[in-house]
Amino acid sequence: MTNGILEYLTVFVLAVFVGFEVISKVPSILHTPLMSGSNAIHGVILVGAMVVLGSAHTGAEEALGFVAVVLATLNVVGGFVVTDRMLEMFKAKPGEQRGGTAAASRGPSGDGAATTDTGDGAR
Amino acid sequence: MSRGTAIDLCYLVAFIGFILALMGLSSPRRARDGNIVGAVGMLIAIGATFARPGLGHLALILVAMAIGVAIGVPAARLVKMTAMPQMVAIFNGVGGGAAALVSITEFISLDTKLLATYKVLEVLFGVLVGCVSFSGSAIAFAKLQELMTGRPITYPAQQVINAVVGVAVLALALTVLVTSSTPLLWVLLILALVLGVIFVLPIGGADVPVLISLLNSFTGLAVAASGFTLDSNVLIVAGTLVGASGILLTRMMSKAMGRSLPNILFSAFGSVVTATGTAGVEGRSVRTSTPEDIGVLMAYARKVVIVPGYGLAVAQAQHVAKELADELTERGVEVFYAIHPVAGRMPGHMNVLLAEAHVPYDELKEMDEANPQMATADVALVVGANDTVNPAAITTPGSPIYGMPIIHADAAEHVVFLKRSMRPGFAGIDNELLYDPKTVLLFGDAKDTLQKLVAAVGAA
Repeated sequence: MTNGILEYLTVFVLAVFVGFEVISKVPSILHTPLMSGSNAIHGVILVGAMVVLGSAHTGAEEALGFVAVVLATLNVVGGFVVTDRMLEMFKAKPGEQRGGTAAASRGPSGDGAATTDTGDGAR
Repeated sequence: MSRGTAIDLCYLVAFIGFILALMGLSSPRRARDGNIVGAVGMLIAIGATFARPGLGHLALILVAMAIGVAIGVPAARLVKMTAMPQMVAIFNGVGGGAAALVSITEFISLDTKLLATYKVLEVLFGVLVGCVSFSGSAIAFAKLQELMTGRPITYPAQQVINAVVGVAVLALALTVLVTSSTPLLWVLLILALVLGVIFVLPIGGADVPVLISLLNSFTGLAVAASGFTLDSNVLIVAGTLVGASGILLTRMMSKAMGRSLPNILFSAFGSVVTATGTAGVEGRSVRTSTPEDIGVLMAYARKVVIVPGYGLAVAQAQHVAKELADELTERGVEVFYAIHPVAGRMPGHMNVLLAEAHVPYDELKEMDEANPQMATADVALVVGANDTVNPAAITTPGSPIYGMPIIHADAAEHVVFLKRSMRPGFAGIDNELLYDPKTVLLFGDAKDTLQKLVAAVGAA
């Protein structure tokens, strides 16, 4: 047991440093999408919610686990879709310079297709 | 290879995906791919979890997920780009709520008498931080959605009440740590929800984005705590990644606003400074004008710079702003937008809004690129911005925004402010530029005024 917690602590500490390192040079225009993207990533709590509901023994555990899965799914799906919609806007940049076809593809229909895509991925 | 090993390997792939996603999101070129890599990682993690031996209640899990998808996808897809920040807040909040529920459910199912102290500590942390994130995000959502005032909310004995709740939470947490009592844990959960509310109430609307970033980081840490409780590496890694990067991001965001984080969180800033800010300006007059005159001024200018701010986002005026720019460009006027890094409701928000209105990318100039050109501009059209063009950031060392980089609208030959009222900006301080002899104000809703300007330019 004591070894277990130490292993997890090691992982935790290393993850802290990785977390700091990966976003150390982000430009300010990407602060919002980055926040939204990391918001989607902590939706991984869905894995925990599934495990808790999947091993529920009593009615109370089932109810709590059920709500947890619903909330966590909202977090995952909403997080990735919102982020994708934001970044869809940024993608206009290279399209603008290449002109023609790329610019045409960023209409409302392009937006819709892209978000559906991520919705499926998150499911 | 056993099934358990295979599942763990899938989790390993998943968190490689998460790390790559965060790396991708830090660069404009790869941001969108980064997000997709993250989504794929998530899909793998969820798929692997379904393969766990002994996972019961499969139907219930699927129903719950279906409900989440049925609510989440339309909500996220239909929301207007201007409402994105509060959407992020709410999705963050539900994540925090889920983490708190996971922790407490696991606590109930375990034999609490045999639980090691550090296990209880993990549960406590998950419940406490998750709940604060949940209720805090709910209030942040209400503030941004304008369900409640965006001004900092203060009330008598606020500090005392906060301190009492804080101490009560701490005392209760210690008691639960010693006794492993489930009923007390529920009381703690409710108190933590209260703590989240009173933590966010005194924070002003302009600072809410920084707050959401902080709460995002909190949710990450709550998820990591749940990971410790459930012995799940994937939760620990992903939660910690978000927790650590979120704290760094929060610091970067507050730095871009020229503020320190404690200052944002604990100063109930706007209310106090408004008093001192407005005291000295009683009876000072500003120059107002009509859209027709300003239309003529711009129509015969050589270079017009549009400085968009929060007010443009609120009035959803980005499309009309684009119309005005098009009208001017057609007449041979050079037009570009000067974007302050924290313009709008969140850093980068303005770029997103203008991109949505199909403003060509080469007309968007970042602050550093725009400022050298301001002196050659005939007209600086400030639409719903205030603090981001306030010269006090350079000239007044005592000012709360002193040191914040600004757009040098004051360098242009004429400055035109579109404002709803004389109310100061979010920083709650007065703007000298409004009283400058070369400044003209047009009062009214930004969208209406811009529409009138489009007509006036067309008629000129």
